[in-house]
Amino acid sequence: MATLTATAPRTIPGALKQPAVRKLLLLALVAAILVPLANARWASGAWPDALTVDLSEPLARTSDWIIDNRDSHPLFLYFFGHISNAVVLSVRAVYLVLLAAGWAGVTAIAALVAWRVAGVRLALGTAAGFLTCGLLGMWIPTMQTLALMVVAVLASAVVGALLGLAAGLSDRMDRALRPVLDTMQVLPAFAYLLPVVLVFGIGVPAAVLATVVYAAPPMARLTALGLRGADKEVLEAVESLGSTARQRLLTARIPLARKELLLGLNQTIMMALSMAVIASVIGAGGLGDRVYQALASVDVGAALAAGIPIVLLAVVLDRVTAAAGERLGTERKSPVHWAYALAAAVAIAVAGRLAGRLDWPEAWSLNIADPVNRAVDWMTAHLYSGVPVVGGTAEWAGHFTTWVLDPVRDGLQWLPWWSVLLIVAALAWLIGTWHTALTAVLAMAAIGVLGVWQPSLDTLSQVLAAVAVTLVLGFATGIAAARSDRFERALRPVLDVFQTMPQFVYLIPVVALFGVGRAPAVAAAVVYALPAVVRITTQGLRQVDPAALESARSLGATSAQQLRQVQLPLARRSLLLAVNQGVVLVLAVVIIGGLVGGGALGYDVVFGLAQGDLATGLVAGAAIVCLGLMLDRVTQPTERRTKKGA
Amino acid sequence: MRLRTTTAVAAGSALLLLTGCGAADMTKQASPFANAQGAKTVTLSIQSWVGAQANTAVAQYLLEHELGYRVDTVQVDEVPAWDALSQGRVDAILEDWGHPDQEQRYVGDKKTIVRGGDLGVTGHIGWYVPTYFAKQHPDVTEWKNLNKYADQMRTAESGAKGQLMDGSPSYITNDKALVDNLDLDYQVVFAGSEAAQITQIRQFAKEQKPFLTYWYSPQWLFEKVPMTEVKLPAYKEGCDADPEKVACAYPHTPLQKYLNADFAENGGKAAALLKNFKWTTEDQNEVSLMIADQKLTPEEAAKKWVDSHESTWKAWLS
Repeated sequence: MATLTATAPRTIPGALKQPAVRKLLLLALVAAILVPLANARWASGAWPDALTVDLSEPLARTSDWIIDNRDSHPLFLYFFGHISNAVVLSVRAVYLVLLAAGWAGVTAIAALVAWRVAGVRLALGTAAGFLTCGLLGMWIPTMQTLALMVVAVLASAVVGALLGLAAGLSDRMDRALRPVLDTMQVLPAFAYLLPVVLVFGIGVPAAVLATVVYAAPPMARLTALGLRGADKEVLEAVESLGSTARQRLLTARIPLARKELLLGLNQTIMMALSMAVIASVIGAGGLGDRVYQALASVDVGAALAAGIPIVLLAVVLDRVTAAAGERLGTERKSPVHWAYALAAAVAIAVAGRLAGRLDWPEAWSLNIADPVNRAVDWMTAHLYSGVPVVGGTAEWAGHFTTWVLDPVRDGLQWLPWWSVLLIVAALAWLIGTWHTALTAVLAMAAIGVLGVWQPSLDTLSQVLAAVAVTLVLGFATGIAAARSDRFERALRPVLDVFQTMPQFVYLIPVVALFGVGRAPAVAAAVVYALPAVVRITTQGLRQVDPAALESARSLGATSAQQLRQVQLPLARRSLLLAVNQGVVLVLAVVIIGGLVGGGALGYDVVFGLAQGDLATGLVAGAAIVCLGLMLDRVTQPTERRTKKGA
Repeated sequence: MRLRTTTAVAAGSALLLLTGCGAADMTKQASPFANAQGAKTVTLSIQSWVGAQANTAVAQYLLEHELGYRVDTVQVDEVPAWDALSQGRVDAILEDWGHPDQEQRYVGDKKTIVRGGDLGVTGHIGWYVPTYFAKQHPDVTEWKNLNKYADQMRTAESGAKGQLMDGSPSYITNDKALVDNLDLDYQVVFAGSEAAQITQIRQFAKEQKPFLTYWYSPQWLFEKVPMTEVKLPAYKEGCDADPEKVACAYPHTPLQKYLNADFAENGGKAAALLKNFKWTTEDQNEVSLMIADQKLTPEEAAKKWVDSHESTWKAWLS
């Protein structure tokens, strides 16, 4: 009902010049008609019961049906069964190959590949990275994660490339796919876990498939972008040579899109890796599982020992694929070098095999868990409470909960439901188009219909508080980094590490510092979202036209004035993008915060996974999806939309 | 071009050959990491609490060093673990706290899981206050007096009421119903994971603050933070049948082992060892404490225990 507020007609009285005022007036008009109607019928603050649909019955029945029929129904025997089987077989095959190559062989092959595609420095880095994994006593888990990753990334790349090809060649497919891919991009990883568990059960197949679903969209988007962005003149030239459409695709369009394809692959790898860790909740095994197990015994050191190989894998894969993308087309490498490289790698692998040293030697290991735990203990012992003047972190958390989180949550829950929808509509319409506003309002209304209005607003309040903190800190750091090259250089590795570190690793130190509750969830979210916000802000400020700055300077503006009146306004688009990214990332972690007492939707998802109560979990997952969609649309600047098509 | 098509065809047909063209029963697919390189592998499920890690660590140590198996462990929550066990993705659960629904479904109806006997440890869930607080206020250990202390148990998270801290969502709990039905002035706050709960309890204990928490024994934390149980209305058979109306304490449960049916039949010595595995609460606590508090790796802790309790485990190998 109330969703109608946003479907306002597009004919606007011409007298009003300001589009913002026009939009708001129109919205107010629609509200003035609809709200009394809605209020008369369902007068209540929270979402009216009459408008909810209870899905728990049918969902519980579905889940039971699946479990009872999984070993007999043809759908499972002839379709899902084969998918699951193929995943198991391919992961196993890759794993066996990795084990057969031994640690020396794997390290050598990785280093040589890095050398060929990215140069000597990265090759050394790659080798060092792999050896560190072994040194930390994580060789076998690293190989398990790598095997899973290889399969997941290949599958995502193929699926993504095919979808991207379809969207790149056909306008209709593009129109159909783009909103879906856009949406998938903003969904928290946690929301993907339940549906696959429902069908495949806990284990590697479910983990791989969740990873594929999560990691394929960037590949598809960038493939489509690359195909559509191909230089028109080159294409015309090829066409004039009388080539067929298929020849054009293979000889011109795909080669021209190589850069985008590699960028897509790069993003796919990064997303697959982050998902591979979260998927340990559903039995992925490997490094993520070690992190998860270490957390059970509150062993931050051990969690870090498993977390470091993940970060190393991420950095190595990221740098190598990025370097490969940059080097494309600059030189043609002779296949002879490749042959040498291959021969050397095989020789090392065989040597390792003959020496009987396939497994990482146990004596060569470094125990970092103890020193790390001592450091964490010291930190929590001295910072938790009773610090003179500023107070301990526990007090901060308490104040933050009482003075910020509680009022925001209570305020949101106190607002009548239709006014929440109105606020969403107004914000989305002011920043975006009537289109984004409509989606945002529909998503918010769907949350109400699902019957999880109150917990969703609780989650929303945490997101808002975390975003506010993130933006204040992120903009401040970003501005500082944009003004000082040295600071930016010092900051870069820190940002890299925090962006790739699995969120699980810092959940426990956060609890040790802030106690159990919503405050640690917010803190973890801030830590996670900060790097992206800092990065985008810095980039945006640095891209401001130097001529504009120069002229401001020549007019005698102080550096504060330059910043306020020239840089910030000119970087507006980047700043809005930073807000958008910040919101999406914060939501992802606030959900995981369910593991440290964040409650609300995150807790429901964890509960659903833990108790096999898929009805609770799936409804909460769907609400998270809607919340993500709403938050993305509300913060989505109009420019992004028009720019993206290319 | 020709080359690419042929490779694609070859790869496709290889995949078809591998997967077989007939039915594929995904409930019979083992973990891809199992039995690698011809090693005999056993996959054990580890639940998130440390007692379960201790069971698994000792079983793993014996399987690897006495019987020459390779052991994989997977962390799975309690209920999904039943499903994984039924599918053979894990071979054994060594500590189950009682899931009648699951037992009926998999042991009774589908017969994919068989009972593995007693673990030898009795589990009990309850509400606990720290002993330092119980000594100052002895009457807090009666549930009727809990409301008197609600003020002192307040936190930012529980607002105007006292805080009753619950742990991981995977644990069996009636606490929300109990608080309602016993008319207590408390708010259940879910820590979301046991790790978070333990961290919070230790922080409270360091400051000697009062707190009320859902907890269970055997648990190593009692050695570090002594806690006293609050007496709830006595448990009677069936008093927890309706989850909405529960108003009684939690039962004492003899913890059980369960094995995958195939594994129990064809698992050879490994299955026999796991069936015979039986130890005491003290044994389990000893290992748990080494893992969780002295931060030994589970393997080192298991080795220490195995070295000093030969007579106990020799009996399991027969």
